[in-house]
Amino acid sequence: MAQMTMVQAINDALRNELKNDPNVLLFGEDVGVNGGVFRVTDGLQKEFGEDKVFDTPLAESGIGGLAIGLSLQGFRPVPEIQFFGFVFEVMDSIAGQMSRMRYRSGGRYNMPVTVRSPFGGGVHTPELHSDSLEGLMAQTPGLKVVIPSSPYDAKGLLISSIRDNDPVIFLEHLKLYRAFREEVPEEEYTIPLGKAAVKREGSDLSIITYGAMVHESLKAAEELEKEGHSVEVIDLRTIMPLDVDTIIASVEKTGRAIVVQEAQRQAGIANHVVSEIMERAVLSLEAPVLRVAAADTIYPFSQAESIWLPNYKDVIETAKKVLNF
Amino acid sequence: MVENRHRGLGLSDETVLAMYEKMLLSRRIDERMWLLNRSGKIPFVISCQGQEAAQVGAAFALDRDKDYVLPYYRDVGVVVSFGMTAKELMLSGFAKAEDPNSGGRQMPGHFGQKSNRIVTGSSPVTTQVPHAVGIALAGKMEGKDLVTFVTFGEGSSNQGDFHEGANFAGVHKLPVIFMCENNKYAISVPIEKQLACEKVSDRAIGYGMPGITVDGNDPLDVYGAVKEAADRGRRGEGPTLIEAVSYRLTAHSSDDDDRIYRAPDEVAEAKTKDPIITFGAYLKETGVLNDDLEEQINKRVMQIVNEATDYAENAPYAEPEQALKYVYAEEQGGL
Ligand SMILES: Cc1ncc(C[n+]2csc(CCOP(=O)(O)OP(=O)(O)O)c2C)c(N)n1
Ligand SMILES: [Mg+2]
Repeated sequence: MAQMTMVQAINDALRNELKNDPNVLLFGEDVGVNGGVFRVTDGLQKEFGEDKVFDTPLAESGIGGLAIGLSLQGFRPVPEIQFFGFVFEVMDSIAGQMSRMRYRSGGRYNMPVTVRSPFGGGVHTPELHSDSLEGLMAQTPGLKVVIPSSPYDAKGLLISSIRDNDPVIFLEHLKLYRAFREEVPEEEYTIPLGKAAVKREGSDLSIITYGAMVHESLKAAEELEKEGHSVEVIDLRTIMPLDVDTIIASVEKTGRAIVVQEAQRQAGIANHVVSEIMERAVLSLEAPVLRVAAADTIYPFSQAESIWLPNYKDVIETAKKVLNF
Repeated sequence: MVENRHRGLGLSDETVLAMYEKMLLSRRIDERMWLLNRSGKIPFVISCQGQEAAQVGAAFALDRDKDYVLPYYRDVGVVVSFGMTAKELMLSGFAKAEDPNSGGRQMPGHFGQKSNRIVTGSSPVTTQVPHAVGIALAGKMEGKDLVTFVTFGEGSSNQGDFHEGANFAGVHKLPVIFMCENNKYAISVPIEKQLACEKVSDRAIGYGMPGITVDGNDPLDVYGAVKEAADRGRRGEGPTLIEAVSYRLTAHSSDDDDRIYRAPDEVAEAKTKDPIITFGAYLKETGVLNDDLEEQINKRVMQIVNEATDYAENAPYAEPEQALKYVYAEEQGGL
């Protein structure tokens, strides 16, 4: 096994799928010769040729539409949107077209597209280069939305996403790209979509989270452990469809839960998770379910970032409210 | 002696010298930004280097007391000509509170200064194009004598926003000048992989407006074209598409390594056409500039850049609470 960063693990998954399936195509802005502005597609054009890995003109709506046309003819496109803040340029292709083609055609067509894109904050890039816009995607029936929190998960989830026969939005957190390395098998493996991971078991409180907040939550759980609280941390990994069974099983066990997301509080995934808990497990609860999320403002300038973004201290504070309720 | 071309354009010696000084100021500000970036003092640079002639030549052809500009991120030359100071640009580079562009809320290069009719843009490329069309329509409806000037890269001319904006302006004969700064690359992707037509200006025909290609390394060539476009616009004859061809002399940004995708001799070759050098040479050959004057200008510019750097470096950052403001209407006004 090799030690890989998330960038390397994603590159490895893409290489695996290009080798594995002649219908897999990678395209986007600067993904070819340049190997992607974050070097995620580094070396892939050289290895697989310009027919399989190619640069597109600078026009996201065109990239999305191209993926749809290719899918209609049986290809498995893996387009990249250079920053997820630019998804607005391709929103119709994703939310108006890809997500609905299966339904519209009565199942005659499907869209095995995987839209990859970096997102998320904490690396001092201002708005539109750091937003968490996954909620927009999760509100769209027909899409699956995957957000890995580690190199190992990124590889297994990306391979599953590419092989999935429905459109998947695969979001790569900028701060996690090179944050750490871990053991990643060189051979292929898959992690099923729609399955959360219990990152840490505990009996007093469930923290339900995803993306970069998994690491803040784990850190908080360690601190809380020192004070005698046994905390379970669930990494959703796929935010749509949501793994409700794992969430409910955990909450039924612990009787207490908080949901942690990097995105603004308004709308968003945390609200959805809280609703599922209220509908299915309210009688198991010993305390209200609380949220940790960013303020309902635009992603801030650099100097405010570390305050604006939720961190492990915020998680501890909210966890204590629930634990001491 | 070479032919004096500026007199034919109605430009005095003082004006062409002022143009040269703005070009030089833009270059020196940009060079300073790179130094500051490489020494870890400012987070990001996206350069004007190689495009100053197009930017300053165009800005001088507009009415700098009336017209509106919607610049893109490389347009230091446009904004300094429209009244933004070196100090303000440096404040933006350091992302300090006092930066009139956005107080650090956006990256450097995301220009905006309401008092000088420099309209705030944002990161997604080409979004400014239809905004320029809207401002021109408003001006026409209100009977105002204004032209809007909007710029974008050649890669960005592929975005729907360009085509949709150009089409509306063409249909309604609005006074918009669309200027594409063709620097041959969109990050790593060369123009041949971006456009199927030979020239960006070929796109004009689809929108019922004239399209012309000019030498973006020659501020006089650009001045002439933009002047004519502005006059057409003011006469109610509609928009113009101008393509100013030059070359991006730096990497795409401070986060890019251009050695991956372009050959060093290509860059070296382009440097021989560097507009700061070639325009300086023209001014000397026409007797407008001499060594003494050149030294004075250089000194003045360096002093401005030094003072701006010192000021901006020592200026305070915004208080974090500022991040919570200006999402919706509030008691206190904007920047
Ligand atoms: C909608 C959108 N997509 C992608 C990007 C990322 N991006 C920033 S600049 C750039 C290249 C622009 O090339 P061009 O239009 O030729 O302008 P140049 O930078 O060469 O001046 C890209 C892809 C962006 N800012 N906005
Ligand atoms: Mg360009």
